[in-house]
Amino acid sequence: MTALPTTPRLNRDARLAAAGEMPTRSFFLRNRFLILRRLSQITVLALFLTGPLFGLWIAKGTIASSMTFGVLPLTDPLMTLQMLAARHWPEGLAVIGTLIVLVFYALVSGRAYCSWVCPINPVTDLAFWTREKLGLQAKGWQPRAGTRYFVLAAVLVVSGATGAVAWELVNPITMAFRAVVFGSVASLTFVAAVFLFDLFVARRGWCSHLCPVGAFYGLLGSASLVKVSTAARASCDHCMDCYAVCPEPQVISPALEGAGRGLSPVILSRDCTTCGRCIDVCDRTVFRFTHRFDHSETAQGGTHRSNCSGESP
Amino acid sequence: MSPKPTTPTGLVSPERRKVLETAARGVVGAGVAGVMLTAYQKSAEALPTQAIRPPGALPDETAFLSACVRCGLCVRACPYKTLALADLGDHVASGTPFFVARKIPCEMCEDIPCVKACPTGALDHALVDINKARMGTAVLVDEENCLNFLGLRCDVCYRDCPVIDKAITLELESNPRTRKHAIFRPTVHAKDCTGCGKCEKSCVLEEAAIKVLPLRVARGELGHHYRLGWEEYKNNQGPLVDGIIDLPDRAPGDVTPPSGVPDAPPIIDPTKLPKGWKP
Repeated sequence: MTALPTTPRLNRDARLAAAGEMPTRSFFLRNRFLILRRLSQITVLALFLTGPLFGLWIAKGTIASSMTFGVLPLTDPLMTLQMLAARHWPEGLAVIGTLIVLVFYALVSGRAYCSWVCPINPVTDLAFWTREKLGLQAKGWQPRAGTRYFVLAAVLVVSGATGAVAWELVNPITMAFRAVVFGSVASLTFVAAVFLFDLFVARRGWCSHLCPVGAFYGLLGSASLVKVSTAARASCDHCMDCYAVCPEPQVISPALEGAGRGLSPVILSRDCTTCGRCIDVCDRTVFRFTHRFDHSETAQGGTHRSNCSGESP
Repeated sequence: MSPKPTTPTGLVSPERRKVLETAARGVVGAGVAGVMLTAYQKSAEALPTQAIRPPGALPDETAFLSACVRCGLCVRACPYKTLALADLGDHVASGTPFFVARKIPCEMCEDIPCVKACPTGALDHALVDINKARMGTAVLVDEENCLNFLGLRCDVCYRDCPVIDKAITLELESNPRTRKHAIFRPTVHAKDCTGCGKCEKSCVLEEAAIKVLPLRVARGELGHHYRLGWEEYKNNQGPLVDGIIDLPDRAPGDVTPPSGVPDAPPIIDPTKLPKGWKP
């Protein structure tokens, strides 16, 4: 392991600000996918909240299983998997709901669940942000890469052994959801535990190393279509901003630095949450959303301080 | 299998050692976490007696927890806000639906919306007649404080019972304290009690004398080989075992119950009550 720097690493905008220069791109461009993701996460909760708050029922239930407008059932496939491990065959609605969710994430992007839907994502993002603000340098405990799959296996084994949907006993995702939608505020203890764990025990510990739900959706989206590509990797100036901001930084290098080895510029790792934060932070417009078969590369990315000609489309 | 990669000295190669170590750590780590989760799960199955599951809930708690995904759709479907999702500290498996009869009992909706809303079958969709629901059973747990047992005419549990005269009846007894008054004993018949909890809710005492208890707590179970002689007598038009000798029953005084098994005469003869009398 290399020696850690003694001062927090500043991203490009902060470095520019320190040097008294203005960033080339607008605040919106530098944060558009972050803003969109937060809107998406809030919208998911809001769909369930308009009923109890204003009597306008859109979605009922929770993220575990729901019914929207009385016609669209959605069920978390990992719940169904645990149910099957516990030897209960679900009824029709849960089966249909499971299939819809399975097909959606398998096609679109497995871990889009993590970055665009899951209510724990803002919590662990806040822990990471606080960590940076506090200048906490030590990564803390960093579980091995495959740990989450062992946790996922353990969850299914325990469901089988106890005959119950076991993960639901401690699942911070559904607990956060129930806290917001059903007012089960004591359940926030587990959410707070995840926050403190990420803040003090392990950097990016929960979502990027341990969460079996993320592991499941990652596996589910192994062949999903929506991907981030380092299409303009030729113009990368190795500022490392993307690595610093990415919750799963190991997914970037095969694509970004794989030109010499003949690797595709598309980030194909199932760990990628397609959060788009790399697209936000990259000043060279190296990254873009595309589909998994789009291996095309653009020679020149976007703006650079030396050619202040404005934005590229 | 490829031959075991070894170093020239015949030892297991460091790469192989590392892989094995990683796997062992993963398995052991996940195993320890799994054992802890199992223990927690087992402790969460100990449902408190005052927590009543919704109508149609799979009767065995483990079976219920194998099917319930804690989505709260039954809670949303309940028009009387009877059902609630368990929060941490309720000592009910977190996120699962339950109700406390003394707070808000089940109103026994005829269309059973909670069961219809359940996506997984944790609430059994085979339940279509709410009178067949068995959420628990009422038990008159405290005869010493029940007003009717004290000789008063409270009757509130009986009057409030949605299955009145079947699930709860008033049984007449003479009051041994005064020797000239009657006791109208509220009597639960578990065969017809749905466990809705209306009686417990309506009990006028500070602490209810009649309570809904889970069937596992409230009911005994006969040995499966048991045969009730008097019922078999009725079904067979004779004793269950042919040729069994029916010895004369001995009773104090000159009461001689007839052979066969009709009921003993009631202590208060209903034929002597005023015409049109009802409890």
